[in-house]
Amino acid sequence: MNNLKLVPIICLACLLLLGCNDESIVSLSEHSVVYCAEGSPETFNPQLVTSGTTIDATSNQLYNRLITYKGKDNKLTPALAKSWHATKDGKKVTFYLRKDVPFHQTSYFTPTRLLNADDVIFSFNRILKADHPYHLVSGGHYPFFQSVNFSLLVEKVEKINDYTIRFHLSHTDSSFLANLATDFSIILSEEYANQLTKQHIKSNIDTHPIGTGPFKFKEYRVGSFIRFYRHEQYWQKPAQLEQLVFDITPSNTGRLTKLLAKECDITAYPIAHKKITQHKDLTLEEVIALNVGYFGFNVKKPPFDNKLIRQAISYAINKKVLLEAVYQEKAELANSLLPNTSWAFDDSIADQEFNPILAKSLLEIAGYPQGFTMDLWVTPAQRAYNPNSITMAKLIQTDLKNIGIKVNIVSYKWNTFLHRLKRGEHQTFLSGWSADNPDPDNFFSPILSCSATKTGSNKTFWCNKKYDDIIQKALQTDNIRQRKIYYTQAMNIVTKEVPLIPIAHSKRYQARSNNVMGDILAPFGGINFYQVTKINSFNSGEN
Amino acid sequence: MLVFTFRRLNLFIFTMLLLTLLSFSLSFLFPGDAIINMSGAINATPNQLIEINKAYQTDRNIFWQYIAYLNHIANGELGLSMASQSDISTEILNLLPATIELSLVALFIAMFFGIPLGFIAAIKHNKLADNLILSVSMLGYSIPVFWLGLLAILTFSINLGWLPSAGQISLLFEIELVTGIQFIDILLSDSPYKWQAFIDATSHVILPATVIAIAPATIFIRLARTSMIEVLETNYIRAASAKGLTFQQIIMRHAIRNALIKIIRHVGLQFANLVTIAMVTEVIFSWPGIGRWLIESIYQRDYTAIQSGLLVLSCFIFVVHILTDFLYAALNPLARGNKYGS
Repeated sequence: MNNLKLVPIICLACLLLLGCNDESIVSLSEHSVVYCAEGSPETFNPQLVTSGTTIDATSNQLYNRLITYKGKDNKLTPALAKSWHATKDGKKVTFYLRKDVPFHQTSYFTPTRLLNADDVIFSFNRILKADHPYHLVSGGHYPFFQSVNFSLLVEKVEKINDYTIRFHLSHTDSSFLANLATDFSIILSEEYANQLTKQHIKSNIDTHPIGTGPFKFKEYRVGSFIRFYRHEQYWQKPAQLEQLVFDITPSNTGRLTKLLAKECDITAYPIAHKKITQHKDLTLEEVIALNVGYFGFNVKKPPFDNKLIRQAISYAINKKVLLEAVYQEKAELANSLLPNTSWAFDDSIADQEFNPILAKSLLEIAGYPQGFTMDLWVTPAQRAYNPNSITMAKLIQTDLKNIGIKVNIVSYKWNTFLHRLKRGEHQTFLSGWSADNPDPDNFFSPILSCSATKTGSNKTFWCNKKYDDIIQKALQTDNIRQRKIYYTQAMNIVTKEVPLIPIAHSKRYQARSNNVMGDILAPFGGINFYQVTKINSFNSGEN
Repeated sequence: MLVFTFRRLNLFIFTMLLLTLLSFSLSFLFPGDAIINMSGAINATPNQLIEINKAYQTDRNIFWQYIAYLNHIANGELGLSMASQSDISTEILNLLPATIELSLVALFIAMFFGIPLGFIAAIKHNKLADNLILSVSMLGYSIPVFWLGLLAILTFSINLGWLPSAGQISLLFEIELVTGIQFIDILLSDSPYKWQAFIDATSHVILPATVIAIAPATIFIRLARTSMIEVLETNYIRAASAKGLTFQQIIMRHAIRNALIKIIRHVGLQFANLVTIAMVTEVIFSWPGIGRWLIESIYQRDYTAIQSGLLVLSCFIFVVHILTDFLYAALNPLARGNKYGS
């Protein structure tokens, strides 16, 4: 019985310990940031994907590119390459590499040398050469590079000396440098690949990443978290943060709760903006993102192979209502793939009118006076270009019901959704595109070109020769005015043929605690934690 | 005691057989190919499929298929998860300890508060304290756990900011997974932040464990109350008071011990109830346990995972049940005479 008396005392002691945990937690959390992410990455190699969630988690944290964008005007600036030059015809581009770039040292790899030309050649040949030993590892799909026809463009990558490489191009391409600066064109370690080949675990190159970026990979538990540590020997100044944790929280309310309960410092795609702005310790950030949310048709599946049906639906959807209900008017109505912040945007493209009567008569001409039933696939995860696709789908459902089309809303888990879309099992879908670089081609080639139908990034499976010719021509000139004309022509074809209906260009949101400083969001591409610092609110209070 | 043990083991074996039979038949009842449902190999190549068919003996009659299935279970091969294609037994081994940990803490809280309150109610039988405790326990029993959980998060995590709302421990602490039971793992780890991690884990467990504990605690209150009232009316208590012992002495020396024995009997039963509540609570508090995993598997129609998860979970509850039976028999010689399992 005496033992029983001890229990309350022990409990009291526990409570006392709890009372003084603030200070001790601080020492660890001072140098760490927890980021509540919206989904799990599929891989740790951005070359293999176009999904924003994966790019956010990997590209800027783990890797560097040869060149990158900097500043407000998005100027191309050196990164791993300290300089570059192109020949007059634009067909040979030479890069001079930095000589002081170390790779990550982790429990599974210890580099013995610094970055050199072999690493760069390895990284690009993996994508370019079908017979490369690493080409087929992890499936052999490089969706971004395939959608811009990278392997047709680059004839070979030549090693001039240990720190100089040259790209030989088959024709001039004004978006080549822009593509090298995207989040996908990262540099892997050849030495690590060789080690993995010897150990017969080649696939680890994409699951246990080694890069040159400001953070190194430590641990990943699917659906739960990713842990990064600082790369102490980073070739620039090492990051301020010692530890970076991605807390994977797919539920919107879950992320909001964790933010309010201070369990995460930064939250991706927050809901309840008003609640956050009212809170004195939290900041809501927004960035005008280069993106487009759209309603797409699978033109291979009848009746959507019929242009009239697609047009009818485009007249039947009331985009203004979608904008109010889904984006709370915090987005721009889209009539073009290009947002109006892009230099190639042309405001002459006609506004899509909302006209159910016209839609109904188009349906009659197409031979469906009674309407029909169709499936509409929606993204389950919240995206910048579509904060709530289920609501949007329901509104579209009502709109289309008015012209006699019955819509079934279908939703899958994120990875399954992407996988099945790629296989073309859908009829219509709600999706979108976030730009990876400011070049307008980034909106035209990956979303709608013929080559992108094979890689799955063109989910409409629409392939139009004339459209392809125009966007190719646009790439072959450097003249900005000429390019703009080409892109307007291309957009006019899209408006006429309606493989997809652009809906909105939205902003990307993020919420953070006020003690976290530094830029994270960018108008295009993935997030970046390199500049992030944390001020300790507990200490500043005491001092 | 030997006969008792033997009988319980017997009961265990037969129940397990029935359970495996149920889970075996599930793979035929779920939509899709039975062999795929059982093995979870949705991406298998034709050659792999032949091997799997051979391993599960699908060419022989249903009895041998069942034997082959039992054989797989006995070897700990529960198949692959259809959703993630990872080995289910490893996943369960990683997740089950978290559920056990949460349930044990909740059970402790429920008993720690429930039993003394029940005793107090019994001692103050039909007085204000009794009525108060009874009505509060009625209230606690009626509140749905998902609502209580959300309310607790809203109050203690968001508004007051006292306790964290999700997970087992702050992700900042890097604790290596050894046993899966967080507190033991923390003590085993060589992290310099060991004690902070321990405190952090404690603060993470309080909210979900308390939410789970509320319903069983109310049951313990009532059990303790009834059994104490019964004990207080027995002859030996009357004899003790006739001997001139003070009321306090009677309660402390005689009544509590005898009342406790009757309650222990029900702990096993309550544990099953508690694990069910824990499954829902795990979803609300993002606790990385088997309940959340199982519910996610149901959402994803991951039949292999549902099947194996149910088997393991029911097996676990059954083992706990039998263990408490043993404990009860060890404490109470009268119970050993029971010829039949209950």
